[in-house]
Amino acid sequence: MQITSPTFKDNAAKALADAQLQKALGNVRAGFIDKRQKAADALPEFEALRDAARDIKNHTLAHLDLYLETYAEKVEAAGGQVHWAETAEDARNRILEICRRLGAKTVTKGKSMITEEIGLNAFFEEHGVTPVETDLGEYIIQLRGEHPSHIIAPAVHLNKEQVEEDFRRVHTHLDPSRNLDEPTSLLGEARAVLREKYFQADVGITGANFLVAETGTSIIVTNEGNGDLTQTLPKAHIVVASIEKIVPTLEDVSQILRVLARSATGQDMSVYTTFSTGPRRDEDPDGPGEYHVILLDNGRSAMLGTEYQEMLRCIRCGACMNHCPVYHAVGGHAYGWVYPGPMGAVLTPSLVGVDKAGHLPNASTFCGRCESVCPMRIPLPKMMRHWREREFERNLNSAVARYGLGLWAFFAKRPALYQFATGTAMRLLGAIGKGKGRFAALPLAGGWTRHRDLPAPEGKTFQSQWAERQKKMKAKAA
Amino acid sequence: MTEASPSGPAKAPRVGLFVTCLVDLFRPNVGFAAVKLLEDAGCVVEVPQAQTCCGQPAFNSGDRKDARDIAEQTIRALENYDYVVAPSGSCAGMLKKHYPELFEDDPVWHGRAERFSAKVFELVSFLADVLGVTSVEASFNGSVTYHDSCSGLRELGIKGQPRKLLKSVQGLELKEMKDPDVCCGFGGTFCVKYPDISNKIVSEKTRAIRDAGAGTLLAGDLGCLMNMAGKLKREGSAIEVRHVAEVLAGMGDQPAIGEKAKG
Ligand code: SF4
Repeated sequence: MQITSPTFKDNAAKALADAQLQKALGNVRAGFIDKRQKAADALPEFEALRDAARDIKNHTLAHLDLYLETYAEKVEAAGGQVHWAETAEDARNRILEICRRLGAKTVTKGKSMITEEIGLNAFFEEHGVTPVETDLGEYIIQLRGEHPSHIIAPAVHLNKEQVEEDFRRVHTHLDPSRNLDEPTSLLGEARAVLREKYFQADVGITGANFLVAETGTSIIVTNEGNGDLTQTLPKAHIVVASIEKIVPTLEDVSQILRVLARSATGQDMSVYTTFSTGPRRDEDPDGPGEYHVILLDNGRSAMLGTEYQEMLRCIRCGACMNHCPVYHAVGGHAYGWVYPGPMGAVLTPSLVGVDKAGHLPNASTFCGRCESVCPMRIPLPKMMRHWREREFERNLNSAVARYGLGLWAFFAKRPALYQFATGTAMRLLGAIGKGKGRFAALPLAGGWTRHRDLPAPEGKTFQSQWAERQKKMKAKAA
Repeated sequence: MTEASPSGPAKAPRVGLFVTCLVDLFRPNVGFAAVKLLEDAGCVVEVPQAQTCCGQPAFNSGDRKDARDIAEQTIRALENYDYVVAPSGSCAGMLKKHYPELFEDDPVWHGRAERFSAKVFELVSFLADVLGVTSVEASFNGSVTYHDSCSGLRELGIKGQPRKLLKSVQGLELKEMKDPDVCCGFGGTFCVKYPDISNKIVSEKTRAIRDAGAGTLLAGDLGCLMNMAGKLKREGSAIEVRHVAEVLAGMGDQPAIGEKAKG
């Protein structure tokens, strides 16, 4: 997937001017926040579970090599195969090899951000394999040739009317006079169309929410059940997952599951939680003949032992973006790569480089709402600040910004000079601004005054007035 | 403080006021309101001259070196008081939460920063939580709505304290806005680095403020207040904007933020 993070500002400007998008983004604000709050309030141990979830992942990351090896052994013991992929390219090639060997023409896919990360759909199409997204949101954006704008609600940037238009454009075999007014009729139509595809597919690909070291199991949570059909009907099931999805035991998973859906959608549990361990056994009534796991690193192991390690606790619940004022303003596509919102602002620079993704950790007010809702207690603002430090060290921020900051710091570190200079400047500004009490425009303050007035200073600084007061008090006392 | 303790009259706590750069430069009235509130509560207030800014612009721009230099300067200026109080959740949060972080790898300064940070409080929460103030002697004729600034709310847990004290102000009616805990879009340098996004966020905020139907907007952070006042004025709104300390100190008759002097 092409990275447009370097043009974040332009992307954002476009998003802000897009009336359709702005309407759809209203749904994010209205839909997710109250539901999460209610779910959290209804569970007395919710905060304690967040601590437990954090601790489980911290423990796992501290022993990641051990758990990955154990997991791989268990997968193989259950008759599956593990493929270690260091890069996106490695992962794509391994997947294509399997598909080619099985003569696969059509591949069904459950919702997977990792396959977005490795650009699998475009790669498949280049190599004559047809990918079919089976999650409703993913299916819609595939029809539109777009990418997900949210990690759990890929088509959240769209309105119902846009989806109806797409369905009428693509599903030409259906009665043009059919009624698609209700969201349920859209879902019904997508289901009917997709049902055919499940049976045509030779390979089914899913992501994983968790990989369990104890049992070699991969787990997905969905609300549509599409993942189940994707992975049981075809000849082979390929799980594509990144290495930090590992969790030691089923007991650990059950703890984290209790915070996942509540944080994501406000549900107690997602509708489907599907466990798969190895291929079909002789006594099983159905299931895939082959079971493969692509274990992707793609830059993650390089985050271990750095200030970004905590990001690897992320369980992709989406709560951080659901609560982010910047995400609410510009939507997911503006971020310019796979992962949007606060989690993307930390993860994207780790995976593609801060030189390309530098805007993302900067475009935050540090309001801290993401961290306050993150079920894994990831200190997202702190890590965004660490990216700003890396940028600053490497001189990546603009010369104007550096110059301004340097000048400000020069004075801020010299209190006497600072008070002299500000005392004079504020008296001047105060005198100019006195007439209206504010400025509609001011040299060098265009960033501020483009959209709002700048309140004028009172005139004398506090420090100068305080000094006068002290002098008077001393005189009185004398 | 007037109550006598068993060992004789309690010694008045010495408070070093960290004025904050925005209050110093733009709205000294807030500083004097803070002094009045602290003195009324029995503190002896001093304002060391060797302070400038808390260093957030450097810290949040990734310039750790300058942030540390400024932190050292602030600690030196204020560490010998019983308490250090700032009329801003964001600056108090910087002194209390982030100064120790800045010195994580410095064995000498880290302990010093931690001892310092233990004494630091935001003004309103200091009055309510530390000094046990439950009411103020002030009156204000009108309705207000209160915005929870992000750092104060999420780093320092300030939410109930200002509301409780505001309720004791005679004649004041509190009308809550929708989502008072959502960011106003200021974000320090964010608002000038990403003006269009900041504008969108503050526009949502001013809508909530206008819908609340109060005559005055209050908050505990001057940066946020200047942002919201600037937007309200640009929109032609007549809503007045003030720092919560000004109203609590009974000093709410000064021209509001962004308004010209009357007369
Ligand atoms: S960073 Fe936290 S809130 Fe955001 S997606 Fe990951 S786990 Fe969820």
